[in-house]
Amino acid sequence: MIFRTSSISAPKFALVALAALFLSCMSAAATRSDLTLGMVLEPSHLDPTAGAAAAIDEIVYANIFEGLTRIGPNGETEPALAASWEISTDQRSYVFHLHKGVKFHDGTAFDAGDVKFSLDRARAADSTNAQKGLFAAIDQVEVIDPATVKVTLKYPSGDFLYNMGWGDAVIVAPESAAANKEKPVGTGPFKFRNWAKGSQIVLVGNPDYWGEKPALDKATFRFIPDPAAATAALLAGDVQAFPSFPAPEAVPQFQADPRFQVVIGTTEGETILAENNARPPFDNPKVREAIAHAIDRKAVIDGAMFGFGTPIGSFFPPHHPAYVDLTGERKYDPELARKLLAEAGFPKGFRTTLKLPPPTYARRGGEIVAAQLRAVGIEAQIIPVEWAQWLDQVFKGRDYDLTIVSHTEPNDLDIFARDDYYFNYHNPAFKALIAQIAATTDDEKRNALYRRAQQILSDDAPVAFLMQFPKLGIWDAKLQGLWKNYPIQANDLTAAKWAD
Amino acid sequence: MLSYLLKRLAIGLVTLFVASLVVFAVLEVVPGDPARLMLGMGASEDAIAALRDQMGLNQPLALRYLSWAGHMLIGDFGRSYTYGVPVRELIAERIAVSLPLAVMALLLSMAVAIPVGLFSAARRGRASDMAVMGVTQLGVAIPNFWFALLLVYVFAVTLRLVPAGGFPGWSAGPGPAFQALILPALALALPQAAILARVTRSALIETLSEDYIRTARAKGLTRSAVLYRHALRNAMIPVLTILGLQFAFLLAGTIIIENVFYLPGLGRLVFQAITQRDLIVVEGLVMLLVATIILVNLVVDLLYAAVDPRLRSPR
Repeated sequence: MIFRTSSISAPKFALVALAALFLSCMSAAATRSDLTLGMVLEPSHLDPTAGAAAAIDEIVYANIFEGLTRIGPNGETEPALAASWEISTDQRSYVFHLHKGVKFHDGTAFDAGDVKFSLDRARAADSTNAQKGLFAAIDQVEVIDPATVKVTLKYPSGDFLYNMGWGDAVIVAPESAAANKEKPVGTGPFKFRNWAKGSQIVLVGNPDYWGEKPALDKATFRFIPDPAAATAALLAGDVQAFPSFPAPEAVPQFQADPRFQVVIGTTEGETILAENNARPPFDNPKVREAIAHAIDRKAVIDGAMFGFGTPIGSFFPPHHPAYVDLTGERKYDPELARKLLAEAGFPKGFRTTLKLPPPTYARRGGEIVAAQLRAVGIEAQIIPVEWAQWLDQVFKGRDYDLTIVSHTEPNDLDIFARDDYYFNYHNPAFKALIAQIAATTDDEKRNALYRRAQQILSDDAPVAFLMQFPKLGIWDAKLQGLWKNYPIQANDLTAAKWAD
Repeated sequence: MLSYLLKRLAIGLVTLFVASLVVFAVLEVVPGDPARLMLGMGASEDAIAALRDQMGLNQPLALRYLSWAGHMLIGDFGRSYTYGVPVRELIAERIAVSLPLAVMALLLSMAVAIPVGLFSAARRGRASDMAVMGVTQLGVAIPNFWFALLLVYVFAVTLRLVPAGGFPGWSAGPGPAFQALILPALALALPQAAILARVTRSALIETLSEDYIRTARAKGLTRSAVLYRHALRNAMIPVLTILGLQFAFLLAGTIIIENVFYLPGLGRLVFQAITQRDLIVVEGLVMLLVATIILVNLVVDLLYAAVDPRLRSPR
């Protein structure tokens, strides 16, 4: 090598240096302003107020649609279309002061009437909003003047402002709402350009945006369901970011590659081994405790997720300020599990079934969980099911013994207090606690109650808690401003930019 | 000839009708509520009921069949449950990818297989024939998705000559579109070419042992004249049969390759529609594929008649 460098003549060297300088100036002048992101699932439509699919919000949330409030990168509630608000002393009426001069992408003006329309539409009897519960507390919505709207609640609700930040609560216009599935029209910093079904969706910057304009002027979401194809697309540079990368096994390859940054964050996905508490022998608390002690969370995380994921001891995300680490309470202890089973009247164990939905974490994790259960005498027959079947049989029909699933909605501790939920878990004390949390608006007090709720779930062991699902983010080393965590279903691109 | 054609057409129509009954009946008994699937785990019962109503799922079964089949007769495939757009549009978008891909793969496979088959048949039993047949054996054995990954690794990831996948759409111009289709077409063509080469060779060898070939040789025709003028034409019938089957497969059965290259083709649409319980899309697609296969078989039958005059004359 040394000989070769010295063989370059001086003039030649100067030319090369000049060319290099020129090229670097060129690239500095033309900082990229487009981004192609990979996503595993394609949404079926783009109206976040009419569907539960995370893929909808992962494209439109904060990019195309905005709500009164919004959820920030760490799960905090921030102002959005409402610049500020006042809350009455009885905590039952909220007066929102809206931003002025805001326009929808079709040019129509945004005002208090649109807020009333959107909230009334979402909570109407014939509404197909997948999260109608978010609006349950609302009694009425009144337009005070074009820039002021008053929401009266039936009862104080500590979650109200947070709930208004969900994708299901975004503000839509009466002129365009019916067509949002195909051609979404919001107030956000990006406008919908086109959708090649099965392939990609393109958004472009909104020049009339009311707030700070984003650095990107074009964002393409490309749908790549296959993990091997996702890896190849990143390596070939076809996509520059994969915010929720589907192949944990390929992550080390990207960690070793300086062209990429790997950002491991957390999600709201509490992943659990659910047990049908109404069906023997899972109606016996000792059996459920035995199962909790039979599970080695670390082995599940290592085997199913290649080591990515955080063990949890209750149903609460570790990034939340009120989180308590309870993984020490129900430790992996097969000896104790066998003892508990014997006390419950199953010294030789029993036979049962384990229904597994399609995602890898469930199928791979299920094999490992079944092996761990077998080690304490519980013979769980694995039954793979499709999502549609899972929703019908397990979730709606409650026809199951054991199943593995990730509960990805934020702030969903209350599912253990629902009477008709598929766990069939009923604890009046826990229900009372959840009702108290809902009515408490003071953060400190709420957090204390959250801690108590986590403890109850760990003690009762209605299900076995496995792990908090990780967010495996892989993107170009020069790309900045994408979210590390996944506090809500979103790929917020408002702060995304290329470094020079 | 005409009565032969009409008989074939009638059989095709009956098949289509029976298929429509079977498809509709089977899909209705598949478990899974499309409305519940769309609204997910957080949905309330009344939201699901409202959506079922919107989707027309609460009407009686017979009524739904008649309305579906009736509309299909006038070319209306209905509206996708999940996408909310006409099924016809969805299918048309996908055919714009799948059809050129299938044609490219078929042409590539024929361009390789027929010369290879001729070469091997002419050198039957010699070392070169053994070598070529060994290679085709390998071609049959290699799974096409593995070959596809290899192609991606070499041409997209390492050499960066073509994209690793995706389809820019024909609106981006024929250049980028063909670039996106060339690797998948290669991956699809390899195993097809291997099979086709073997079929061509064995069909040729069988024909070459016929009496009229000996006669032709005895007349003083050269070896190659016999091969091209007499044997090849007579060996085309099994080759055409295989080609017909391959084309039907290439059009609809390429889901794995479509996944590897994340191409928006028909195979992925079928798969997606099944997992999302988008029943109306599945029904429309299956009917379309049944019709395509019937049509391809009809074309193959006509081609038989074209290459073999004996099939043309009324019996």
